[in-house]
Amino acid sequence: MRTWLTQHARTLAATLARFARSRMASLLNIAVIGIALALPVGGYVILGTLQHLARTHGSTPQLSVFLALDASGDDAASVRDRLKRHASVLKFSFVPRDQALRELKASAGLADVVDSLQHNPLPDAFVVDARDGGAGNLQNMREEFRKWPKVAHVQLDTAWATRLDALLRLGKLVVLLLAAALGIAMVAVTFNTIRLQILTQREEIEVSRLIGATDPFIRRPFLYYGAVLGAFGGLAAWALVWAGAYVLNHSLTEIGQIYGASLNLRRLTPEESTGIVLFSTWLCWLGAWLSVQQHLVAVDPA
Amino acid sequence: MISFTAVCKRYPGGVEALRDVSFTVADREMVLVTGHSGAGKTTLLKLMAAIERPTSGSVVINGQNVGTLRRRAVPFLRRNFGLVFEDHKLLFDRSAFDNVVLPLNIVGYDSREAARRVRAALDKVGLLHKERAYPITLSGGEQRRLAIARAIVHRPAMLLADDPTGNVDAEHARELGDLFRSFHQVGVTVVIATHDALLAQHLASRAIALRSGEIVPEFPRT
Repeated sequence: MRTWLTQHARTLAATLARFARSRMASLLNIAVIGIALALPVGGYVILGTLQHLARTHGSTPQLSVFLALDASGDDAASVRDRLKRHASVLKFSFVPRDQALRELKASAGLADVVDSLQHNPLPDAFVVDARDGGAGNLQNMREEFRKWPKVAHVQLDTAWATRLDALLRLGKLVVLLLAAALGIAMVAVTFNTIRLQILTQREEIEVSRLIGATDPFIRRPFLYYGAVLGAFGGLAAWALVWAGAYVLNHSLTEIGQIYGASLNLRRLTPEESTGIVLFSTWLCWLGAWLSVQQHLVAVDPA
Repeated sequence: MISFTAVCKRYPGGVEALRDVSFTVADREMVLVTGHSGAGKTTLLKLMAAIERPTSGSVVINGQNVGTLRRRAVPFLRRNFGLVFEDHKLLFDRSAFDNVVLPLNIVGYDSREAARRVRAALDKVGLLHKERAYPITLSGGEQRRLAIARAIVHRPAMLLADDPTGNVDAEHARELGDLFRSFHQVGVTVVIATHDALLAQHLASRAIALRSGEIVPEFPRT
């Protein structure tokens, strides 16, 4: 057991020494792994941020029910009654046309335009929160409300959120595909790196075999190299994503202020960060293992 | 104990290196394997160390049949041997010390104990003052002795040397012969393949003579 630990500790030390010795080549290898991993991770971060945005801004399913311009107070009251009795309605609020005009005037700097209007072009409206936000249900409610007397138009406010949701799903798929492709690339990079190492250390491997080295002993330094390369690559990817988010967040905050929203790329959680490093370590170890399986047989004197 | 029974070795392509070879080497014995180059000396040693497997017949080392040995057991069989290869097989990218320490690293020695043993082995072959030298800077005779130091550093029970005195002048050959004899005297089984008649005469131990892959009937030595 102690011998076993000593052997592993020694291999790890030798592997780190090897990294230190061939600094340039090692750094380039780490950069390749880091960049390959940073792309999908960055995509994941951006998607997560967008998803968060979509959730906080207007993903509560709402319907806007606009009455006809000539609707009277009684008409509005009858619609109000129907909404009150409707099973699918969670709550609703009434926006009288005068208030709507005032809000419009107050908000987007349209005061001049509003003032120049001769009469109020806005109808009375109800903003309805549905009990069930499913797209089918909202569609049904919309169809139903539309048939009520003096209802001119029913608008589904969640349409853009639904579209964004679909886009995000697509984005997620793209990120997954990207991750798969670059994961394969990482395995390939380690595979090749280890292949070259095995070729340059052919003699040492051969001699070690002849004087009684076991297969695990011969494999160990290469597997360690792969794992350490993966770990460093994972750290590099994490650092790249962190730095990217740091740089982008500055401009994003500015843009967010212009639009009156808080816009910030989310940070990776400690669990996610650990996961990235472990996953990268595992992938590169796998590449090394495949390479060793493939190439050590070729150096077997027996 | 090393025991060959009706061993044949045919290489791919039909070259028959050994034909119906039977002999035993007792523990602590010193045996020479003699014959011209191509007589099958190297193949004989390779069969002992499980570097090659017999085509037929059985090679038994310390009660283990090499022919049926599982792949995973081979390294542990080889650790019983010290091997001195015809072409040294030294590693030129590291110092004499690091060459000799290799077998101890493989077994997993504590580094201080390993260093002690490496120095003892280098001292034994007279290269202690060259532990930091790289093999390329050593003379042919020194390289040979370095290879011997690597073969004995883990104190094997059996020492197999393939043509250890090739391209060495008579005086050096005699020194090397004395070196092997000293290992023999401390209880190591020594098998030396050589076509050097002088060395054979100097060591004056039992010889297995090979000719074209077959054992030439023994004649008693005095």
